[in-house]
Amino acid sequence: MNWALEVKGLKKSFGGVAVTQDIFLQVAAGERRLIIGPNGAGKTTLFAQITGDLKPDAGSVALFGDDVTKLPVHKRIHTGMSRTYQIITLFSKDTLAHNVVLSLLGINSRKKSMFSELLHKDAIYQHAIDLLESVGLKDKAHSKVTEISYGEQRRVEIALALAQKPKLLLLDEPLAGLSLDERVMVSELINGISRDTAIVMIEHDMEMALAFAEKIMVLQYGKCIVDGDRDAVVNDPKTQEVYLGH
Amino acid sequence: MKRSSLINLLLIAVLAILPLFSGEYYINLGSQIMIAAIFAASLNLLVGYGGLTSLGHATYLGMSAYATAWIASHTTIDPLSTALIAIAFTTVLGAVFGWIALRASGLSFLMLTLALSQIMWGLGYRWVNMTNGDNGMNLPGRPSPFGINLEDSTSYYWFVLIFTVICLAFIARFVHSPFGASLRGTRDQPKRMSALGYDVWMIRWITFIIASFFAAIAGLLYIYFHKYIHPTVMSITVSAEALLCVIAGGSGTLAGPIIGSILIFLLKSYVSAFVERWNMLLGFIFVFIVMVMPAGIGPGISHLYHRIFKGKSS
Repeated sequence: MNWALEVKGLKKSFGGVAVTQDIFLQVAAGERRLIIGPNGAGKTTLFAQITGDLKPDAGSVALFGDDVTKLPVHKRIHTGMSRTYQIITLFSKDTLAHNVVLSLLGINSRKKSMFSELLHKDAIYQHAIDLLESVGLKDKAHSKVTEISYGEQRRVEIALALAQKPKLLLLDEPLAGLSLDERVMVSELINGISRDTAIVMIEHDMEMALAFAEKIMVLQYGKCIVDGDRDAVVNDPKTQEVYLGH
Repeated sequence: MKRSSLINLLLIAVLAILPLFSGEYYINLGSQIMIAAIFAASLNLLVGYGGLTSLGHATYLGMSAYATAWIASHTTIDPLSTALIAIAFTTVLGAVFGWIALRASGLSFLMLTLALSQIMWGLGYRWVNMTNGDNGMNLPGRPSPFGINLEDSTSYYWFVLIFTVICLAFIARFVHSPFGASLRGTRDQPKRMSALGYDVWMIRWITFIIASFFAAIAGLLYIYFHKYIHPTVMSITVSAEALLCVIAGGSGTLAGPIIGSILIFLLKSYVSAFVERWNMLLGFIFVFIVMVMPAGIGPGISHLYHRIFKGKSS
């Protein structure tokens, strides 16, 4: 099977502390996969190795059948992967529309152009506004990031990721720090993403996350302790013990 | 026509007719300010738009000037080819030095640019066979493009004005292009830019090369103006002065380096005639600007204008 994401034997240590130990993960096209685990379990470190921000000590990462272990971050993105960050990472001095334009340009050869002027009337800006409309932020397209709420910034993060039409989307705690209303809104947004896109999500809000997940991987101390279909994982005694607390 | 384009055209027209009403001293001062403005604008690409603070940019000003003087003194190559070779040589040097300096970022990048420029400054003094050491090198004369004699200050002022307009227009287009937007993105969120599919290192390296190219043009105009080059032109003082022009005027803005260059050159020319330690005054003015207008004079005035305007409108 040609997996959207295939991780084999991934290992990473920081100064003798193993933060990822022999992780195997396979995500099919269009799948909804949840990664859970206590703080410090190595979830974000695993993401960083998948995206290329961190180089693994051993193991491999393949995207859509191609080994990308040695590819830098920006080249992996061009294979069809996109991500959001646990800590919001936007261009705070710029407008929401410009943020999305930067995302659109990232996978567009026009980004190399030095002599064509980037104008607000360009089609790419209209495309950015359409994308902002899809996350309910069309009215604020010309507001600066600093002028919108935290929950809205989370939606801009998702708009940036979706702008690249990813086939694999990595969401790192997309509901973190949001109010209940905002969590519902962002969850609906995530649930509405097309099945053309496989999603791997790290999330602590179990109620929302379990509604989303088809398969779950549970990490503890950098090791995968349970992996499989949602109901099987949730009912597994190990999951109950280390994560759900009963 | 857009309002900003009209203002720019008016400004160019005013600058063009200025020599008709000014003495030679002021014409020469104008030429020097414009050369400094091109140089500062080239550094602004790195500092203001790329977030890459360099303390070695004078290397490219000096190398272009040295290359021009050396070729003109030692060969029979025509002035146009000399200029092109000097600019190409300096740009290639910028590519090599940029490749080295961009192995690091932040303070380490700054120290690498400083170290590389100190090497060139040292070579300027010590490689006597090539550079004539502390005696400096002379340029036999200014070129005569299309038979136009540039030896008189007015002709040369117009020559510099044409180059200044072209260079600043190119820089303006560059920063407003998709590549310019990418460059600003790498300044604000390099990690995010990688995750959006941008090769951050490559964007910075290309910008470094372009900045060296425009600094080389400034160097060419510098040697034509002074007809003399000395190793001090590649010193840390000259690099720091350009950095001061950028920061004082407003880094990351098109007008900033021009305003900064005007300020520094006027201070140099007038205050130094009355105050022996004029650098001290420059320091005070810099501190004042940083405290009152942290973003620089250009953005500071713009902010003030908008505040007053908003006050009136409300």
